[in-house]
Amino acid sequence: MNRFTKCLATAGIASILGVSTVASAATDLTMYYPVAVGGSLTKIVDGMIEDFESQNPDINVNAIYAGNYNDARVKALAALQSGEPAQLSVMFSIDVHALRNLDAIVAFDDLVSTDAERKWLDSFYPALMENGKADGKTWGVPFQRSTIVMYYNKDMFRAAGLDPEKAPTTWAEFASMGKKLVKKDGSGNVEQWGAMIPSTGYPYWMFGALTKQNSEVLMNQAGTETYFDKPGVIEALEYWHDLGNKHAIMPSGVIEWGTLRQNFLDGKTAIMWHSTGNLTTVKNKASFDFGVAKLPGNRELGSPTGGGNFYIFKKSSAEEKAAALKLVKFMTSPEQAAHWSKATGYMGVGPGAYKTDTLQAYVKEFPPAAVARDQLEHATAELSTHEAGRVRKFLDDAIQAALTGQMSAKDAMTDAQKQARSTLRRYQ
Amino acid sequence: MLKRFNLKAWLLLLPALSLLIAFTHWPTIRSFWRSVTWARSDAAPAKFVGLENYEILLEDPVFWKVLENNFWYAIGTVPTSIALAIMMALWVNSKIRFTGLLRLAFFTPTILPMITVANIWLFFYSPNIGLFNQLLGLVGIDGPNWLGDPDIALSSLMIMTVWKEAGFFMIFYLAALQTLSPELFDAAKVEGASAWRMFRKITFPLLMPTTLFVLINALLNAFKLVDHLFILTKGGPNNASNLLLYYIYETAFSFLDSYYAATLTVVMLLILAITALVQMLLIDRRIHYR
Repeated sequence: MNRFTKCLATAGIASILGVSTVASAATDLTMYYPVAVGGSLTKIVDGMIEDFESQNPDINVNAIYAGNYNDARVKALAALQSGEPAQLSVMFSIDVHALRNLDAIVAFDDLVSTDAERKWLDSFYPALMENGKADGKTWGVPFQRSTIVMYYNKDMFRAAGLDPEKAPTTWAEFASMGKKLVKKDGSGNVEQWGAMIPSTGYPYWMFGALTKQNSEVLMNQAGTETYFDKPGVIEALEYWHDLGNKHAIMPSGVIEWGTLRQNFLDGKTAIMWHSTGNLTTVKNKASFDFGVAKLPGNRELGSPTGGGNFYIFKKSSAEEKAAALKLVKFMTSPEQAAHWSKATGYMGVGPGAYKTDTLQAYVKEFPPAAVARDQLEHATAELSTHEAGRVRKFLDDAIQAALTGQMSAKDAMTDAQKQARSTLRRYQ
Repeated sequence: MLKRFNLKAWLLLLPALSLLIAFTHWPTIRSFWRSVTWARSDAAPAKFVGLENYEILLEDPVFWKVLENNFWYAIGTVPTSIALAIMMALWVNSKIRFTGLLRLAFFTPTILPMITVANIWLFFYSPNIGLFNQLLGLVGIDGPNWLGDPDIALSSLMIMTVWKEAGFFMIFYLAALQTLSPELFDAAKVEGASAWRMFRKITFPLLMPTTLFVLINALLNAFKLVDHLFILTKGGPNNASNLLLYYIYETAFSFLDSYYAATLTVVMLLILAITALVQMLLIDRRIHYR
């Protein structure tokens, strides 16, 4: 019996009995959901939703796949504005300030009521909660979360005379090992690069790793200030620029995000920095022996977290909010999180997930699956401010201007800081 | 009698008119209104701010950059696509073998969606694994970073656009060519005119109505088509390939600033309206309609 007939039947029986249909009707939830790395993600979420519905027959979930993070936010907000139902959504973890400025979401602290629920809200890795918090409350619950990790081609390490079990751990090692991994043909053209760090798509994200490794952060927790022109931040950009020029272990100029994975799989680069969300795909497609390691550090190790959080919308009834909370709790429960992590490469969002049999067995068989988790102790929040899109773009443009040699790192970052400061003035 | 006739006419116009008003005129008015208001966020009520948004626009370096880019983009793509379209149309209109296959080949890029094309070309342009640089590598040239170099990113977009558009315009020229009366060419041949002279004095002038139509469409497309930016460059590096419409999208949906986006939209509408008017008025006089 499909949902429609079920509804009809319920309504029919209810009206025969003369009771209010409201009491017996199921709660309908509409959830918007982004697919950031493509592939079979939708099938995996569908399966999880089906499990949830069979455990909670009184809740119907209508999951709408809405493109990338940007599209998902646009569509969910448009639905809300036009009065269409939408009770929850997975959206960019860094959208929290924008969503609060729009007065679109509710804090989870105001929804949880029992001790068990409070404990659940406390069960995630603290690093993953950073982007979801503002004004002392939690607005986003981690779900589709990642960090940046270093994928490297062990065969190439062997061919270059390097120990394939020892990935570079410092900036200096990264540059010197990178040099050994560069291979040129007879006429001096590069056939194989030492490393690639993508600088389109999400340059600010990669840069968040480099700045954290230099013991700097890009913004304050309230999202009202940025620190783009601090000496340590500028130094991080200079190092990135040097990798493509002075050290020549990467192509100079910008490196495309979208084709990087293919470059790595085709053996055009020995190392790539990329989201853990790629792990399962790389595992399935790599024809060579590859390793995954934490990113190298300078003053310390570091990577920003990334990805999507669950948000619950304000414009919904109390029953809908309770049902939405139930769904979020289900999707982030250790068993589901473990299943999700194994299927995609995204992180298990709490320590509980890594204690399940599923992930313990998987990590034993495939140790790279735990690298993202191990790196969490060095993680920092992803760039997230008020006017996030605009501020992000100031930084993206500055990074690209420096990498392509249009401006020096110092000038580019000073400019970006000036622009960001004047944009954020209103929020201070 | 006359009154009833009018009513009927209005009734017939009604469906088209209501759609036009609902989806073209009303949104235009709303955009204009929005461009003179501002609010801290979408949750707060908007207040009238006069031309403040336009003052911000005049001082916005990215706005001037995308305008300049759009200018070069139009100059780079429109005449080239038209010239190519005419050449291809003349070729597939001549009596050679395999014209069917040729027409199909030229038209293929048109039937592919822009997003698909961009995804294919993303891999053509990729510096290390890409087709172009591998071909250049065969002859010993170290190819450029097509999409990553700010000096050539916009040109790379133009090349793809010309490839995509020329086949579409060819269809219009091909249709026009087949309506031309062969007697004119027979007469010219009798007079001993060269092929180039025939093209210059007969074919090209008679194709002018088509050219005007294609020119307007190509120019509009230069402003309207930005699908490929989403895939190829996202306007980067550092806005080197950003175009006006993409900047509007970024402003509205990434920066969530619908007021400034409306301001940019009004500017774009003005540019398009003026372009179309100038074309209609100036070029129309010099066209032979039959």
